[in-house]
Formats: sequence, C-alpha cells, structure tokens
Amino acid sequence: MSGIRFALRQAVYTNKAFWRNPASAFFTFAFPLMFLVIFTTLFGNSDTPTAAGTIKTSTFYIPGMATFAVISACYTNIAISVAYARDEGILKRTRGTPMPGWSYLLGRVLHAMVIAVVLVVIVGAFGKFIYDAQLPTGTPLVQFLIALVVGSGAFAALGLALTCVIPNADASPAIVNASILPLLFLSDVFIPLGRDPAAWVNAIGVIFPVRHFANAMQAAFLGAPFSWSDVLVVALWGIGGLLVAARYFRWEPRH
Amino acid sequence: MSWVPTSETALAVRDLHKSYGTFEAVRGISFDVNRGEVFALLGPNGAGKTTTVEILEGFRVRSRGTVVVLGHDPQKHDAQMKQRIGIVLQSTGVDPFLTVRETIEFYRGLYPAPRETDEVIGLVGLSEKRDQKVTKLSGGQKRRLDVAIALAGDPELLFLDEPTTGFDPSARRHAWEIIKNLATLGKTVFLTTHFMDEAQYLADRVAIIARGEIVAEGTPDTLGGRDTAKTRIRFRLPAGVDATGLPDLGQRATPDGTSVVEASDPAPPLHELTRWAVDRGVRFEVLEVSRPTLEDVYLEITGDALEAKS
Repeated sequence: MSGIRFALRQAVYTNKAFWRNPASAFFTFAFPLMFLVIFTTLFGNSDTPTAAGTIKTSTFYIPGMATFAVISACYTNIAISVAYARDEGILKRTRGTPMPGWSYLLGRVLHAMVIAVVLVVIVGAFGKFIYDAQLPTGTPLVQFLIALVVGSGAFAALGLALTCVIPNADASPAIVNASILPLLFLSDVFIPLGRDPAAWVNAIGVIFPVRHFANAMQAAFLGAPFSWSDVLVVALWGIGGLLVAARYFRWEPRH
Repeated sequence: MSWVPTSETALAVRDLHKSYGTFEAVRGISFDVNRGEVFALLGPNGAGKTTTVEILEGFRVRSRGTVVVLGHDPQKHDAQMKQRIGIVLQSTGVDPFLTVRETIEFYRGLYPAPRETDEVIGLVGLSEKRDQKVTKLSGGQKRRLDVAIALAGDPELLFLDEPTTGFDPSARRHAWEIIKNLATLGKTVFLTTHFMDEAQYLADRVAIIARGEIVAEGTPDTLGGRDTAKTRIRFRLPAGVDATGLPDLGQRATPDGTSVVEASDPAPPLHELTRWAVDRGVRFEVLEVSRPTLEDVYLEITGDALEAKS
C-alpha cells in the first residue's frame, strides 16, 4: 500500500520541520505545559466539585490540559500550518508529485496525533507525580486510549475542515482562536464548571465536541464516569470534519 | 478519441479551451512537443501561458479539447504520469527550516527511480549551500532549488513556468546553462516565458501565444517568416551632402531622418549604394544591414493580435 508509505514518509518529514520551527514547537508543544503550570499555580490550592467528587483544582487541570494539548496539537496546529503551507505553495507542489493528496493529509494528521499523544503522556506524568491525578489502568485505560485516538483524529479532521474557510495564512490564527477559545472556556477545560453551570453553557457542551472529549479525559485521570456517547459525539464531529474537508479542501492559495 | 499521438510525441494538445466564467483564457490551441525537444510557449503576461501549462501539469481542468501528456490525461491525476514529470511552478515554497539536502531527500523519496541527491544539487549549482536552511537562500537560489526538486525524480518531461522571471542577468545566464544541460540529458522541456531571448537561446521550437491563441509557431530562426523576410538596409547621409545621382533603390524616408531599403537579396542595392558613396567620397553617418529579430517578429505578431481583438 504505497499511499500509506507516502503518508508515513510525510509524517516523518513534517515532524522534522515541526521541531526546526521555533514557533510551531513552542505554541503547540510548550503552550499546554505552560498553561498547566500557570493554572495549577494560580488556582491549584482551592477545591472544586466535579463529577468525580470534590477534588483539588490542581488535579482538575490534568484532564483539562490533556484536552487542551490534543486540541492544540491537532486542531490548532493543523489548521494554522496547513493554511501556511497552502499560502506558500507547498501544497500545490505536493500535488505535482506522485504522492496522492490523501497521503499528504494523512501524514499531517498522523504527525499531529503523535504529538498529541506525547503531550498527553507528559501531562499525565505531571498529574501522577505532582498533582494527585490517577492514571487509568485496565478497562479505563482501553477506554482512554480509544477516546484519545478518536479525539485526536477528530480534532485533526476539524482542523483540516477549518482551512476551507481560512482565506489566507495571516488570518488563520485569528480564525482558529475565535473558533476554539470560547469553547475551551465553556467546556470544563480552562475553568471548572462545577456541578450546576448555566443551561446555555450546558447546551454548548452537549452540542460541540470539546466538553465530550474533556469528559473522557476526566474519566481517565479523575475516575469520573466514562460514557461511550461522549466518544461517539466526538467521532461524529470528526466524520463531519472529514466530509467537509473532502468536499471543500483547497490545495492552492486564493487569488 | 479520434486522434492518437505517436510514441515520439511527449505532449500533444488539440483544440484546448479554458474559460473562467465568461472570460476565455485559452481559445482553442493545438501543438505537439516531441521527445527530447525544448519547446517554448512565448507570450506577453495574461496571454494564457500559465493557464495552459497548469492544464498540462494537471492543476487545472480544461473546458474543452484533448490533452495527452506521456500517454496520460493530466486531469486524471495519474501517479504514473506524475512519476515521469517534473514541475517548476511560478511560485511554490518549501518548508523554510529544512536544509537544501533534506528537502531534496524528501522529494526524491516520492519517486520510483530518483537521481542521487548530491548529483541533483550539483546540477543546479547549489553544492556549497547543501547544508544551508532554505530560509538562508537568496531568491535566485530558491528558484534553483525549485528546479532541483523538479529534477529529483529524474523526470522525462520537465515543465518550467517562467523559470527566470525576477533573475538578474548573471543568474539568468546560469539558469539557461542548467536548462541547456537538461536538454543534453535527453529530457523533454516545456517552457513558458515572456523573454524573447530566452526562447531564442533555449528552444528548439517556439509557439507564440497572445490572447489565448497561438499566433505563430516554428523554430526560433524561421518564426514568423524571419528566414524569408526581407533584409533591411538603413542609411543616413551627413547634412549638406549633395544627394544628386543617388541611385533610386526604392528607399523611403523614416521619421529619424534615415532612409530604408528593403530587399530579399540585399547585395545588389547595397553594392549600388556603397559604389555611389565611394565614387563621391561621401561617408555615411548611419549604415546598417539587418534581419528582423525574434523580438521584431514577436512585437509585430502580438501587436497585431492585440489590435485584431480590440
């Protein structure tokens, strides 16, 4: 299956370019870890009520920052870097080679997923050794791994879909942040929602994928109840993103 | 398909049309490019050159007509076709933080029988820059990297879309030598340009395109009837010289004060003219004998095409 071989080659090459670029390495990789330190330092000593009972806020931020890390590595990173590659003509050049378009995109997604997994492992290690979080074992571990793969793939697909509405690379950070930051605040990621958030906040959590994914991370690291319906909603968003990208993805800059 | 190109044909185009909305960028052009040939599509900006070459490369979908590139229809995105072509687009980038070498390594890995990395880098004269990051390269060096990437897969057919636009004269000369070398390697080269001298220097055959139509086609020497065109003798006598007895050669006066004689065979009128001058002891202020340059032909043809449409 040479298309898969191309995708793996692209993933390795993307990885090399990723670490050479100080901006991408910093914003994608260091940001979630930096936020973890900031949030736990500022709010960590209070208690917060969660689905897993009342816990220290610093512990709450372990699944929160795991969620943020996956979104940062997959959604934000893919949307910004693919829009940049499109503006630079890198995508167009790729189209002129024997590598199929889907291999290129799969390579980018695979790379983003690997970065996401590495970040989640680092956050989890912080949680285990510093912030009283638990690490999943047994069935919860399997559930967590499935949720992680589905979540990172889905957010990567949504990142690709978002590039369809990004007119040029200059606009991409603004569009990406406008689409994701409000959700991160309203989805039990940056700020604990407690037991009784406003109805409209709950409605946003039900509709969009971020809170569902955060729920799955809370199940893994806090022992909150796990629900397959959370994984299903995230997967449906991912499929939707894939369909939009398949239909509207552009390989050339808009003139 | 009623017509099938021969195996000698690298690239064949019949009645190609391309419209963007109501604007017809390409209006029914036809041409063949033979294997091992350097073919130039020459024309002013906006003539339809890039549209044409991007249809041949598979980036654009044609509105009408037949296109065969190495036996394939480019808009089907056949990997088999892509393995055998190399493309230098007008503007394409690469990841800025990787080195020249790493960039070539990556792209050559996408082809079944690539050239050696160092050989490709040497061909475009970037050997000294091989471990430099792409961000450190000058504009001309980046363009050479584009050519190197296009060569990495050892293509049979190379597309070059305005390869030297924005180059300084020495960089252009260098690029020309690279392209000449490719021709000696037996590659077929399809080149677009708006520089007459580039087409003249590089191409075995030239087609001039204006307003989406091919208005002339031939070798650089015969294009537009250059080889059979009349030779022009241009001269001017110093002020105050008595011109009585000047032979009547059918000369006509031009606004700059010179006289022009046109002749298929310039020797007899030139002989009469110079004999008269020598007999009288007259020195010419101006005396020139010239054939129309490719530039004259180009300006005449594209100018006519512009007038005809307006």
